Amino acid sequence: MAATEPIVEMENISIEFPGVKALQDVNFRLFPGEVHTLMGENGAGKSTLIKALTGVYKIDSGSIKVAGGPRRFTGTADAQSAGISTVYQEVNLCDNLTVGENVMLGHEVHGRMGINWRKTNLAAHDALVRLGLGGLDPKAPLSSISLALQQLVAISRAMVTNSKVLILDEPTSSLDANEVEGLFAVIRRLRDEGVAILFVSHFLDQVYAISDRLTVLRNGEFVGEHMTQDLSRGQLISMMIGKDVDTLNSLGSNRGRAVHAVGAPYYSATNLGRQGSIEPVDIDVHAGEVVGLAGLLGSGRTELGRLIYGADRPDSGDVTIDGVATEVHSPVAALARKIAFSTENRRDEGIIGDLTVRENLILAVQARRGWARPLSRREQNEICTKYLVELNVRPADPERAIRNLSGGNQQKVLLGRWLATNPELLILDEPTRGIDVGAKAEIQETIAALAEDGMSVVFISSELEEVVRLSERIIVLKDHRKIGEITNGPLVTAETIVDIIASEGSSE
Amino acid sequence: MTTTQIDKPASSALLSRLKPNLETLPTLAAVAIFIGMLIYGEIAYGRIMQFSTISNLLINNAYLIILAVGLTFVILTGGIDLSVGAVIAISSLVGVMLANAGWNPIVVIVLMILIGSTFGLASGVLIQYFNVQPFIATLAMMFLARGLAAILSTTPQRLEDDSPIRTLSTEWKVYDGPKINDLVTTPNVLIAAVVVIVAFFLLHRTRFGRTVYAIGGSEQSALLMGLPVVRTKLLIYVISGSLAGLAAVVYTSKLGIAQNITGVGWELDAIAAVIIGGTLLTGGAGFVLGSVIGALVLGLMNVLVTRDGGIPPEATTIITGGILLAFVLLQRVVVSRKRKT
Repeated sequence: MAATEPIVEMENISIEFPGVKALQDVNFRLFPGEVHTLMGENGAGKSTLIKALTGVYKIDSGSIKVAGGPRRFTGTADAQSAGISTVYQEVNLCDNLTVGENVMLGHEVHGRMGINWRKTNLAAHDALVRLGLGGLDPKAPLSSISLALQQLVAISRAMVTNSKVLILDEPTSSLDANEVEGLFAVIRRLRDEGVAILFVSHFLDQVYAISDRLTVLRNGEFVGEHMTQDLSRGQLISMMIGKDVDTLNSLGSNRGRAVHAVGAPYYSATNLGRQGSIEPVDIDVHAGEVVGLAGLLGSGRTELGRLIYGADRPDSGDVTIDGVATEVHSPVAALARKIAFSTENRRDEGIIGDLTVRENLILAVQARRGWARPLSRREQNEICTKYLVELNVRPADPERAIRNLSGGNQQKVLLGRWLATNPELLILDEPTRGIDVGAKAEIQETIAALAEDGMSVVFISSELEEVVRLSERIIVLKDHRKIGEITNGPLVTAETIVDIIASEGSSE
Repeated sequence: MTTTQIDKPASSALLSRLKPNLETLPTLAAVAIFIGMLIYGEIAYGRIMQFSTISNLLINNAYLIILAVGLTFVILTGGIDLSVGAVIAISSLVGVMLANAGWNPIVVIVLMILIGSTFGLASGVLIQYFNVQPFIATLAMMFLARGLAAILSTTPQRLEDDSPIRTLSTEWKVYDGPKINDLVTTPNVLIAAVVVIVAFFLLHRTRFGRTVYAIGGSEQSALLMGLPVVRTKLLIYVISGSLAGLAAVVYTSKLGIAQNITGVGWELDAIAAVIIGGTLLTGGAGFVLGSVIGALVLGLMNVLVTRDGGIPPEATTIITGGILLAFVLLQRVVVSRKRKT
């Protein structure tokens, strides 16, 4: 590494959207052979900066130089042909085509009879080998390989164009630890070949594991550029959120423990299960209690949450709510019994992107009231004002289309949507995934406060630390069944849960 | 550097070999049904599996094959083109009237095709630049074309029998069979064959074709991959329109009559042929050869209904609907199976 001339140099970039200054005088440099991480909270302007570079957004002022010369790209394709490729968080490939076709789309090898598929697949194979993916069959359909591999295929595709600059926009948010290691191996390999890599991630550990240099943005402004090794995590976090570290540590502090699991539970289910989804589980949630569901990806966490909510119809189990035997077989029934479920799949099952923040917020309340009795504009505004302030949604503009908000703020709106229904039992599936530390702490704080006010919460997260910090009891799931339940206490840590999951298999 | 860091399970090689089959399943089913219908017809009515019947099947359905090929492009991207039937009406009316007015037949034929291209381009521009749904944009073009045709003439216009255009339907005896069992072809059939071959080449052997499939898989992804999405989508509607114009040439040369109500509902026949041929209505998967089979299935069904004599011709549409439904259900199964794996 340590090339002296930056391949990308952005100076004093400003972009203004109607009513918001998305970027203000931001500087950014990227050197060949380095991994440069762009850090910042949701809405800090990371994505905007990337889109400014690739020409998706027009910059209002500032200069962009690529390989020494000024450039303004007209869009992704233009940037790509200049050697700047982007791989997005949601894999943007075509899963109706094969791996090889995806790698080579637009760059197929031609022979006399049009595309020569044999040579094209060979070229795809070469591109895959370059990333250490020689074992992937270019003729396999894309849909047959895991999301993590698809991500790597997307990177192979970027490298086919001989990209000098590779932008990875939150590539790790849906990968597990092993897959992240695989991805990092590929990133290091490309870096050593002299590719400049712009990396965006919310996971501090990953940022420290992979990056050489950091640029921090906050509220669309440039905060600083540092070598990773010169910056402690505490310093980095305070740069990102603009508060000092102590304030941060007091956020989302450990909850007073195991005080609510006495007396009759508010929600109680025995043998709740569904064929092929999750084996029968007993679960109790007391008023004011946070029960965590912990387990690896695919352990049945989400499935259990959906069963409690009735999003999937349980085929066994007895449920009592507040001492009354009942059945929850559909979301409508769940809403009527004051159960709310916030999905992990924010984009597809959560927000409705084209509607405004206000419309998204009132959706659940309106659904429960029935469409025959529309909420008046005044009631809608009250709900908006209340939750936009309470949850600190930025920008606090109820008439903005929600898809223009950052992920963390979308998540807050979703949370607000369910809170507006005044639920007694709130099921949160990965409410903090893919959002930054600041927003994460805010959401954790909100959850703690809600439980304090007497709400029952089922909290699902793949971050075990978070589960441990928030939950009073933790139900551990593995391979679609419950393998243990622990009461939280001073001695319980994330390792405790990992041990339970790890030892469970070996004891058989 | 051939070390693999991420080993794939050995079973995925097997999987990959099975899965394309899942995709070709609807098309294979169409082939199976076509063969089944041939055999059934031969056993029940006789004189089906012979040269003359097959020749007539191709001659009578050349226009439908051309239409179906055009719609295959459109449907592969997840779009739809409802205007093709009405485009045939306006194109053939203009063609017949100009030919009768003494225009050069070559010029007339080119004009007929260009009329189709123009309507296709208009649909494409509406869809791409004005963000109109393909259904609505092509519906508007359908009404426009039909209306223009009605303004031109509401009575059948007869193409003069000695018009050079009619030579396109000259019957060439390829093989002189016993009695009347001859293998016959017409220039029209050859035109259809060329269209099919070119379309196959375009879809499977050019970047344009791969972009068509990519758009059908995910337009958003195709855009982000830097593929020329706008140009491609415009082009497919131009192709669909132009082929509708060509279908008008083929049909007019065969029948010798054009009328403003020619081609009512043919867009739906063509869509049915594409679907029966195994192309997913949501786009991204399908084959142009499947659409040819789909068109032939529809054509053969008409032959069988006529031969049977006992089935009222009105029932043809019900049978078409039944077959269509069966194929769509088959596709649902395929799609849901794909989701699971």
